[in-house]
Amino acid sequence: MSDDTLSTGLPQPEGPANLIETDYEVGQDNIETSLGPFGLDIHNPVFVISGLSVVAFVVLTLAFQNQVDPLFNGLRGWLTSTLDWFFLAAANIFVLLCLVLIVTPLGKVRLGGRDATPDYTYMGWFAMLFAAGMGIGLMYFGVSEPISHFTSSLGGTAVENGVRTDWAPLGGAAGDEQAAANLGMAATIFHWGLHPWAIYAIVALSLALFSYNKGLPLTIRSVFYPIFGDRIWGWTGHVIDILAVFATLFGLATSLGFGASQASAGLEFLYGLPNTDTFQVILILAITAVALMSVVAGLDAGVKRLSEINMVLAMLLLAFVIIVGPTLAIITGFFTNLGVYLADLPALSMPFGREDANFSQGWTAFYWAWWISWSPFVGMFIARVSRGRTVREFIICVLLIPSAVCVLWMTAFGGTAIHQIVNDGFQGVADAGQDFKLFVMLSQYPLAAVTSFVAIVLVIVFFVTSSDSGSLVIDTITAGGKVDAPLPQRVFWCTFEGLVAIALLLGGGLGALQAMAVSTGFPFTIVLLLACFAIVKGLMDEPRD
Amino acid sequence: MYKMIAVPVDLAHADKLKKAIDTSADLAKLYGAQVTYIGVTAAAPGSGGHNPDEYRTHLDAFAAEQAKAHGIGVATHAVVSHDPAANLDRDLLAAVDEIGADLVVMASHTPGAVDRFWHLWPSHGGAMATHATASVFVVR
Repeated sequence: MSDDTLSTGLPQPEGPANLIETDYEVGQDNIETSLGPFGLDIHNPVFVISGLSVVAFVVLTLAFQNQVDPLFNGLRGWLTSTLDWFFLAAANIFVLLCLVLIVTPLGKVRLGGRDATPDYTYMGWFAMLFAAGMGIGLMYFGVSEPISHFTSSLGGTAVENGVRTDWAPLGGAAGDEQAAANLGMAATIFHWGLHPWAIYAIVALSLALFSYNKGLPLTIRSVFYPIFGDRIWGWTGHVIDILAVFATLFGLATSLGFGASQASAGLEFLYGLPNTDTFQVILILAITAVALMSVVAGLDAGVKRLSEINMVLAMLLLAFVIIVGPTLAIITGFFTNLGVYLADLPALSMPFGREDANFSQGWTAFYWAWWISWSPFVGMFIARVSRGRTVREFIICVLLIPSAVCVLWMTAFGGTAIHQIVNDGFQGVADAGQDFKLFVMLSQYPLAAVTSFVAIVLVIVFFVTSSDSGSLVIDTITAGGKVDAPLPQRVFWCTFEGLVAIALLLGGGLGALQAMAVSTGFPFTIVLLLACFAIVKGLMDEPRD
Repeated sequence: MYKMIAVPVDLAHADKLKKAIDTSADLAKLYGAQVTYIGVTAAAPGSGGHNPDEYRTHLDAFAAEQAKAHGIGVATHAVVSHDPAANLDRDLLAAVDEIGADLVVMASHTPGAVDRFWHLWPSHGGAMATHATASVFVVR
């Protein structure tokens, strides 16, 4: 009865032969009900347990702050100092697997089936994965992190009782400004380049593969099907999904809380606006309100459009810094930094026998845990928008291109700041507080009022896109992988995230719960290692041509 | 009077569609019009199928069943939406345009007390009636 000419625009996934045989129906454990005018379609018990345990954690943190703070910060510190080798080794495995997938025939597998066509253009796709992946981080750390590593490298090493007390990467570069600059840039790019993007790529690839090609629901537990089989529909899967909701919600809420205080400090520095609790709460409410509008507008009209606007703004800011800054130094610096990054990569990523423990544990292991705790959120969002790409195309665009952009971004922003210190003798950036370094760097060039304003807008819109895409991801997980659950649920999660951020900002506990969110990086590292196995196993069964 | 009747169908709630489907079949016979069922699915696995292809199979099967029951021909049109929860109204409107329907017959709930206060966010039937160029028959 079907009229093929009327069914245009329909991607044709490969036949049902490659679907995983399971009796599970997407949404079978869901409760469909309504609350006033709002229809609900939620997973039982993931939605309820996630929501209630988030509330319980917030209440306990507010009530027992003096006990909770050392507990979670201690846990985070213990994990990154004791298990640093585990995080470093795992991240190396992720990078290697991605690179192997590019060159082997497995790279030919198409996500969504042999004949699937991409859902988004390169421009829209790239804008979304960049905004979700590290947009805000680049704004905050683009200037400050290279300066930190440059300064500690220049200071050289210091040993007390046979243990290094300095924070320099590797052996440092005492007194040698050029070597310190190179090492500082290599260390920064190491934290923002291949490794974090490989972490995201592994999660995104496994979710996309098991959902679009194997027909399992788009939720974290599906990745474990090859290992646990039908048990993932029970408590094993519930726990994995709840942990993912937990990490995502607290990761987003705490960074929204910290982000509001940082943006507020920036606005005070630039325009003399009052940096008070009230103002910060207003900022969170405003960001949440814009995010809600974006949520209601949907994926295409909301988060995609905002991501595209932000990518254009970020590129303009980058081009501006390259043109008015030390242009030649930035262009040559791009290749120099890429070179020193690749040259130092084996030493920087070595999991064992490190002498620079402060750096490798305090910076690298912390970053890896942090990226991994974000990966369920970012990975799932990337999976959502990546249907129709081949595995090779996917990894090139999720791993190599963003890494190259990070090299350019860090060179332009961090390299320029180092250039100001070394060549211009301007110490302003080094002396400025963490939140102001970017603005102090921009203040040395024309149109500082305009560029600083653009930077503030970028930070705020990146928060909006994170909040929006985060609600989308949490909603899908708590609806048992259904992507068409009623919209009010997404509105609920977006509002909930804003409220948690406000409660923690006013009551204290942002630091404690962020430490807790980062600590979830440990269980998720195990999850990701299993995902590597699942990806290879899953890809082997797919047709490749 | 009418040449092409579009009937948006939600396979997950097929039990609530009977009246709209019966109405569309009667109108089709009366005016000698064609009937097309429009279904919207996401690319990700959902209750309607594991992938868009499977969803289309289900939609075709549903259409064939109704065609047999009513003794009319029924075509199908499956739309793959990036975000069905948020974009359903837009996707349906675009699909109605694309198949060139001049009448839309669609099911909607009976307005209750909340609908009086909920004009900002009308039902899918309400959105269709507001924006479509075709005639719209909202079945309650």
